[in-house]
Amino acid sequence: MADASKYRDFFPPKNPDGTNIIDLESHKFVKIWQGPQHPGITGNMSLELIIQGDEVMECKTHVGYLHRGFEKLMERRKFIQCFPLVCRIAVPEPDFNEYCFAATVEELAGIQIPEAAVWMRTLILEMSRLTSFLMHLGGQSGAFGLGVVAQWTNYVRDLMLDRFEEISGGRIYRMHMPPGGVRGLTPDGFDARMEETLRTIEDVMKDVDTTLFNNAVFKRRSVGLGYIDPAWVDLYGITGPNARAAGVPKDVRKDYPYLKYPELDFDVITATDSDIYTRTDLRRREILLSIDLIRQILVKMPKTGEYMAKMPNVLHWQIPKGETYIRSECTRGEYGFYTVTDGSGYPRRVNVRGPSYTHAVALMERMAIDCNIADTAGLMLSLHTYPPEIER
Amino acid sequence: MRLKDVLSPFLAWKNLFREPVPIKDPVNRQAAPRYRGFHVNDMDVCIGCGTCESICQNAAIDMVPVEGIETTREDSGLRPRIDYGRCCWCALCVDICTTGSLTMSNEYQWIDTDPEVFRFIPGADGKPWDKRELGYRKPDNYELYNTERTPMPELAPEDRDKSFIEIVRGYSKEQAIREADRCVECGICIATCPAHMGIPQYIAAVRKNDMEEALRVLYETNPLPEVCGRVCTHKCETVCSMQYKGDPLSIRWLKRYIADQVPLEKYKEILAADGFEQKDKKVAVIGAGPGGLSAAYYLANLGYRVNVYEALPEPGGMTRYGIPEYRLPYDPLDKDIEYIRSLGVKMHFNTRVGKDITLEKLHADHDAVFAATGLHLGRSTRVDGTDHPRVFQAIDLLRKVTEGKEIEVAEKIVVIGGGNVAMDIARTLARLQNRKYGKVGITLTSLETEDIMPADREEIVESREEAIRIEPGWGPQSIEIVNDKIRGLKVLRCLSVFDENGRFSPRFDKDETNFFEADMVVEAIGQGMDITYIGEAFGKELALTEQRKIKVDAFCQSSLPWLFVGGDITGGTDAITAIADGHRAAKGIDKYLNRET
Repeated sequence: MADASKYRDFFPPKNPDGTNIIDLESHKFVKIWQGPQHPGITGNMSLELIIQGDEVMECKTHVGYLHRGFEKLMERRKFIQCFPLVCRIAVPEPDFNEYCFAATVEELAGIQIPEAAVWMRTLILEMSRLTSFLMHLGGQSGAFGLGVVAQWTNYVRDLMLDRFEEISGGRIYRMHMPPGGVRGLTPDGFDARMEETLRTIEDVMKDVDTTLFNNAVFKRRSVGLGYIDPAWVDLYGITGPNARAAGVPKDVRKDYPYLKYPELDFDVITATDSDIYTRTDLRRREILLSIDLIRQILVKMPKTGEYMAKMPNVLHWQIPKGETYIRSECTRGEYGFYTVTDGSGYPRRVNVRGPSYTHAVALMERMAIDCNIADTAGLMLSLHTYPPEIER
Repeated sequence: MRLKDVLSPFLAWKNLFREPVPIKDPVNRQAAPRYRGFHVNDMDVCIGCGTCESICQNAAIDMVPVEGIETTREDSGLRPRIDYGRCCWCALCVDICTTGSLTMSNEYQWIDTDPEVFRFIPGADGKPWDKRELGYRKPDNYELYNTERTPMPELAPEDRDKSFIEIVRGYSKEQAIREADRCVECGICIATCPAHMGIPQYIAAVRKNDMEEALRVLYETNPLPEVCGRVCTHKCETVCSMQYKGDPLSIRWLKRYIADQVPLEKYKEILAADGFEQKDKKVAVIGAGPGGLSAAYYLANLGYRVNVYEALPEPGGMTRYGIPEYRLPYDPLDKDIEYIRSLGVKMHFNTRVGKDITLEKLHADHDAVFAATGLHLGRSTRVDGTDHPRVFQAIDLLRKVTEGKEIEVAEKIVVIGGGNVAMDIARTLARLQNRKYGKVGITLTSLETEDIMPADREEIVESREEAIRIEPGWGPQSIEIVNDKIRGLKVLRCLSVFDENGRFSPRFDKDETNFFEADMVVEAIGQGMDITYIGEAFGKELALTEQRKIKVDAFCQSSLPWLFVGGDITGGTDAITAIADGHRAAKGIDKYLNRET
């Protein structure tokens, strides 16, 4: 197992006698800041880099530019009022927050949500995964200078947002999963429009295949870069595609089945090379898997029926003392909410476990070393992180 | 690296030969039918309950007064103003809106250079999307609160029709908390309650199972919670915002629940009734009904020495002598009164002012006098035959039943009247008939049709359950008497009760008649007051209103500064109004006695 401590204690790293390993006074090195408007991330985050030539010698991550204190805000809000708040913790895929928060509250309050609501939640989560991956794929190619793919994927992502708008009335923040169920089932004719959108996405993915994955530039820059050692997976708490691309079949949908995933037919996607190219390719396969899962869900899910449990008055909703952790597989790995209640009308403590924290901070600091300064953006993107979730 | 990898990216150039596709027209784009756009508020439906403001986690909603919207009994007069700089479009306000007036339009965009315009009152500040039919509406399938009332356990008709046992059994703790949970704390009920009781506060205390706090809230405005918890006319429930999507809250039963939970011995401690400063001033209260008791309680709390003079042998007034035991048993009534007496209020029973003691003497011995003598004289229809000895006044019969005296019970009885007193006497007589004859033979007839009968709806339903025949919409014409025996009541179809100005002026259809067989008739068409005790000397100085009632100000003070008057004789219609009058009079007397001279 690799020794991570060396990279964590001090910055710049020091020798046992207290002197800096990298002697900035020697004029061989330059310390620069990348960010907080960083091309490698959806949001704001900085890298403090020590470079020699164009090679990164040391890296320190700086977060906090998007800190809004969600966890603390939630302690001051009634349970129902937390519902519109949590979606903001991960903007490109808010639904995982909604699901995890609602599920913790439901578990602690002892609420069983109706069958149709469970299906609906599964559908929304899968649509959200697809939408988020599309956005990421554009970013990943853009970071290596291939802007056209980003335009294509954002176009089809917009079509997905239209589908969300139909279901929930919201495009970015869907706010469709309050504790207790969902706010509505799919509207009339939704399946046909969804199918049309999925076909368009499949067509675009074929183009992406030829322009990105069979692209000399992309291959030259991404193959072999950003290697994640499978041994780091446990060391850094790596989950999701980053772990799966390293050959570790971690997927909450299979490992800790939730919602309707046990009733869906799919296999965990893994790869072995664990570099940026492999991870991007794995996400491409994830997109295709999500498309398949959405089709499966639409066939199986009920189109009518109850979708909200009978609720007490949410204005005075008090939830018995307890604590629970609910996890789900988001696009970037394990996403979890740890909620503690004390019997009052407010959550006592909510802790959001997002994969970005481990991926973007500790892992990034480790991986940036020896990387070319031009590749840091591509490297960060290949870890697929969202800052608001780091500093929730 | 393969050659293909170099060449295949150029396939992107194939798009050069495609038609450029504008995906969406950003200006004329139609948003989805469920789109959560700018709010729309139906001004006529909105009652200004402010629940939207309560649930908004961004504090984007303020309830503000709007020109042209009047504050009424069921409308706070306020409307939500939404600050779109704060709004996050979560639509929880739409979901919880108690009336369903608040919705969202599917307007996709609105551009303006002035940031101030993005804070407006939907509905009041006209917007182009106000008439949009599409947009987010709360789905019908769910509610964010319980719309159904917790049913009150009651005795079944067959278990109650012979006895005077209280019909309503009261909520259990779980039932009370469940019912209290439904309250959204809009507070519209407070304004409607004549006593302006802190209804949301005591309901909140029930929710927290804090009976002591609940009792404190009750006694701030109402010293007869056991009574009001049973027989209040609960005007609060008629305006409860819960009624728009379901049943109004059982506010009355929750009050009863609170009062029933706390034993009398703990009252003094909970209400911190010991040790208030005693004043060296005396106040006389005429009548130990709800008004008098209420005034006595608040005066005693202010430290005055209070003497209550009551003509009847026991306190309670109409609540004891008018309301039957199955609605208000004597024990809870005594509990309320006992607490008031424990504060040092002296009660003089069987002392009719004007006969046993004069008002002049009360005036001489006391610094102020509060009169709340109620309406104890039955009114007659004065149709032919009402002078027959078997024609009775409901109020007299009810008093006799309370006093434990035998009353005449015939096999077939007609009760004239559509109010709660008529129901009370009909149901009392039905019980006595059941005991005596084993069956009920009562016809209740009223001028009003059933939809406008002044009696409580539940009284009408329960009367029917107890086999009373209700014949609304008939006007009594004469009592048919043959050989000095009553045969029955002749009636005419009543077309309308009030004229266009809302004044009592019944119109009849002479061609449509009916005859209700009976050998006894009871009149329950209202009561009059007896204020002869005021006497000529004071009477001359006393200003009267157009309706020949004693004129009083907001503190129940009459034109004789030392004389305060309240309750039914100044126009109140129920116990809670009398209680409110008593409270106001106590404040008025305190003000009067502490005036700067």
